[in-house]
Amino acid sequence: MTDDLRELYQDIILDHGRRPRNFRPIEHATHTAQGYNPLCGDRVTVFLTLDGDRITDVSFQGRGCAISTAAASLMTEVLKGKSVEEARELFAHFHARVTGGEDKPLPEPLAEEMERLEPLTGVKAYPARVKCATLSWHALEAALKGGGDAPVKTE
Amino acid sequence: MTTASPRIVDPASDRLPGGFDPRRLRTEFPIFANNPGLVFLDSGASAQKPASVIDQIADYYRTDYANVHRGVYHLSARSTELFEAARVKAQRFLNAADPREIVFVRGATEAINLVAQSWGAAFLEAGDEVLISELEHHSNIVPWQLLRDRLGFRLVVAPIDATGGLDLAAFAAHLSPRTRLVAITHLANATGALVPVETVVELAHRVGARVLVDGCQAAPRLDVDVQALGCDFYVFSGHKTYGPTGIGVLWGRHELLAAMPPWQGGGEMILNVTFEKTVYQEPPHRFEAGTPDISGAIGLGTALDFIESLGRANILEHEEALTGYGVDRLSRIEGLRLVGAGQRRLGILSFDLEGVHPHDLATVLDRHHVAVRAGHHCAQPLLEKLGYPATTRASLGVYNDEADIDKLAAAIEAAREMFT
Repeated sequence: MTDDLRELYQDIILDHGRRPRNFRPIEHATHTAQGYNPLCGDRVTVFLTLDGDRITDVSFQGRGCAISTAAASLMTEVLKGKSVEEARELFAHFHARVTGGEDKPLPEPLAEEMERLEPLTGVKAYPARVKCATLSWHALEAALKGGGDAPVKTE
Repeated sequence: MTTASPRIVDPASDRLPGGFDPRRLRTEFPIFANNPGLVFLDSGASAQKPASVIDQIADYYRTDYANVHRGVYHLSARSTELFEAARVKAQRFLNAADPREIVFVRGATEAINLVAQSWGAAFLEAGDEVLISELEHHSNIVPWQLLRDRLGFRLVVAPIDATGGLDLAAFAAHLSPRTRLVAITHLANATGALVPVETVVELAHRVGARVLVDGCQAAPRLDVDVQALGCDFYVFSGHKTYGPTGIGVLWGRHELLAAMPPWQGGGEMILNVTFEKTVYQEPPHRFEAGTPDISGAIGLGTALDFIESLGRANILEHEEALTGYGVDRLSRIEGLRLVGAGQRRLGILSFDLEGVHPHDLATVLDRHHVAVRAGHHCAQPLLEKLGYPATTRASLGVYNDEADIDKLAAAIEAAREMFT
């Protein structure tokens, strides 16, 4: 395999792509939303349980490529126990990292979580694949906003 | 103006199926010199352009350019001559009876929308039926839905059979005296399934329905003869037939075009304008409002010359042989399933690789310099029916050879190893 492919498909991504974590519905989720990528037909549903301002449980279901599946899986891992505000901060930072935008320094505990998402930032070199990495995060944002019936689209 | 010269085939050379040599042909396409190692297997989305087409467009702007159909001066007359000569080339390409049956449009999508908005709006009403098939590209579905929502006719869909080809018995059963139009693909873009258009036309005409054929994928591969097919409208895009983007052809029987109201209003399409009343041009100019894509039409004419110079029977033989080789080669890859294309598959290999998403596969193939399309190929209802959210599609052109298929197969194997 060529080295730049390895940069995109790091072991952690291949692993989460094959065996996604928190890949289940939450029966009594307080928040849920769907994400849809019209380009490839990928769909993801994000489930959240909030206790006040705190994310006590988060999961996802759907079908997608290795990047979008791994991105959703890693997202659920870093979000558990975070506040809504922290989740939004992480998304803003992650979004900036994968699109090549400007990112502000994160406070220490969040910076550590961000490091876990770092393997996904390889998509920056693949403009057509950035949406795969952000689909579940867009769905998360929609869920936090109160969802709605229409799935949130990546474009 | 550059004219295509006949190709001399050296009998001693290592000739490939089809009677011509794709490896030598590749040298006529500058994209390959500028992208060494490129294995281009996405001609179904858009074909690459031979130097003759690229040069023709530049030459035209450099030496013959002026607006058409209005200048009294010599240059405009010359430009008009070239533009109308391209129309005659399109006529011959489709074996149409008359160049006035050729309407230049932006592409097949615009051609279908033109027929829907002009012929459809004038002659369809509530209670009528328009019959399409499950094999259609979105561009042969959505224009009819838009019109249906306005007029209230029924849009009926003929299904595919278990092999992925058009179910002819079901198609016949969906025809009725209410069917006013059959709009159907000649060659399904998502799967490569060839539709027996002659039979479709015969069945449709029996109930008095008109037939529009979407020839986007067929035009670059088959020797299309609209008179032999017997259809009423035929559309194709220039950019898939080795021509420029932004140009395409609507062919319609003259008596049908002559009875159709204008579609867009503007210059070029009128005979006389007063604020009270406007008298329209005869076809085809009635349907070509505004300054047309003159260089596009001329470039398309050169692309059609290119195809004719290769020999359309040779192209078909080449594509059939390479399709067969591709089916054989890809079928041997573990976990790979070719998407069914009925009794006859041509030029397009759509497939699913177990455990590997098409987008991941396409990314890996790209890193091996193999360009393919991944996704729903603008045929979501068909893929839904076939049970795939998305597939990977390799589509062939005159410049592809068996080595390209081998490189595709090797890259697929590499991806399989990586993801499973």
